[in-house]
Amino acid sequence: MNKLYINRHIKIKNNSVFIDGKKDFFNEEENLLAFLKSTYKNYGIKYAKFFKMDALSKLGFLASELALIDNNKDLLPEQTALIFANSSSSLNTDFKYQKTINDVPSPSVFVYTLPNIVIGEICIRNMFRGETMFFVQDNFDAKFMCNYTKNIFENTDTKQTLLAWIEVSENNEYHVDMYLVSEDKSEIELNEINIKNKFEL
Amino acid sequence: MNELIEKLKLQLIEQLNLEEIEPDEIEATEPLFGDGLGLDSIDALEIIVLLEKEYGLKIDKPEDGKDIMYSVETLAKFITENSAK
Repeated sequence: MNKLYINRHIKIKNNSVFIDGKKDFFNEEENLLAFLKSTYKNYGIKYAKFFKMDALSKLGFLASELALIDNNKDLLPEQTALIFANSSSSLNTDFKYQKTINDVPSPSVFVYTLPNIVIGEICIRNMFRGETMFFVQDNFDAKFMCNYTKNIFENTDTKQTLLAWIEVSENNEYHVDMYLVSEDKSEIELNEINIKNKFEL
Repeated sequence: MNELIEKLKLQLIEQLNLEEIEPDEIEATEPLFGDGLGLDSIDALEIIVLLEKEYGLKIDKPEDGKDIMYSVETLAKFITENSAK
């Protein structure tokens, strides 16, 4: 099969947004949701539904918006895949929902009590209808994620993939690494080592 | 009634996370769903929760929900007419 390349890399961690390894935005907000809102405002994104999302979806949504900037590929909706993973699943929101059960359960919190909802949000925003998968792993398994992505390209009509680790713990600790992958040649080939190197930056 | 309408606008903004909308931008008579504020089915459930939590009211007949939640004004009317009961 043709080689795959990382065309763009977004990291959101420690109150900072990194694009292709360079710090692009920083805000010292201690509150995660306040930091996410400041990031949304900083990049001039206009999407009212953002404010209804939980922290996991907001993180994934913001990373996808930045990963897909200038992405003018003329692809069919079925040709973009999203392959995500994390270790806490939707635990951050699960606990928030659990607290509302004692009173009147909140429907808008309940709808985010699955980790793959973030995939749905990104697909709705971009009208993607390709392959999707959300894995729950102890730690970021670069080899597995890399092989799975290659397999998707090999066995489906996929032309680009958002491969990502999107983690929000129960205690609001967060870490996003999102890679835009396609056959378009770049300096960084998609392989376990390159993904790991970027992840550990 | 006007006071209740203004209070409802603030409650809707908070409950439905309409952070980019100011109370003045919500017309009391404009539809909440579809072309108006563009709310969805989850928002409808949140409004039902709001009515129960803040006003102790339930919509007994589901088929009445569409008319009751048509606009801020219809919501205010429902609250005014049923709170005293």
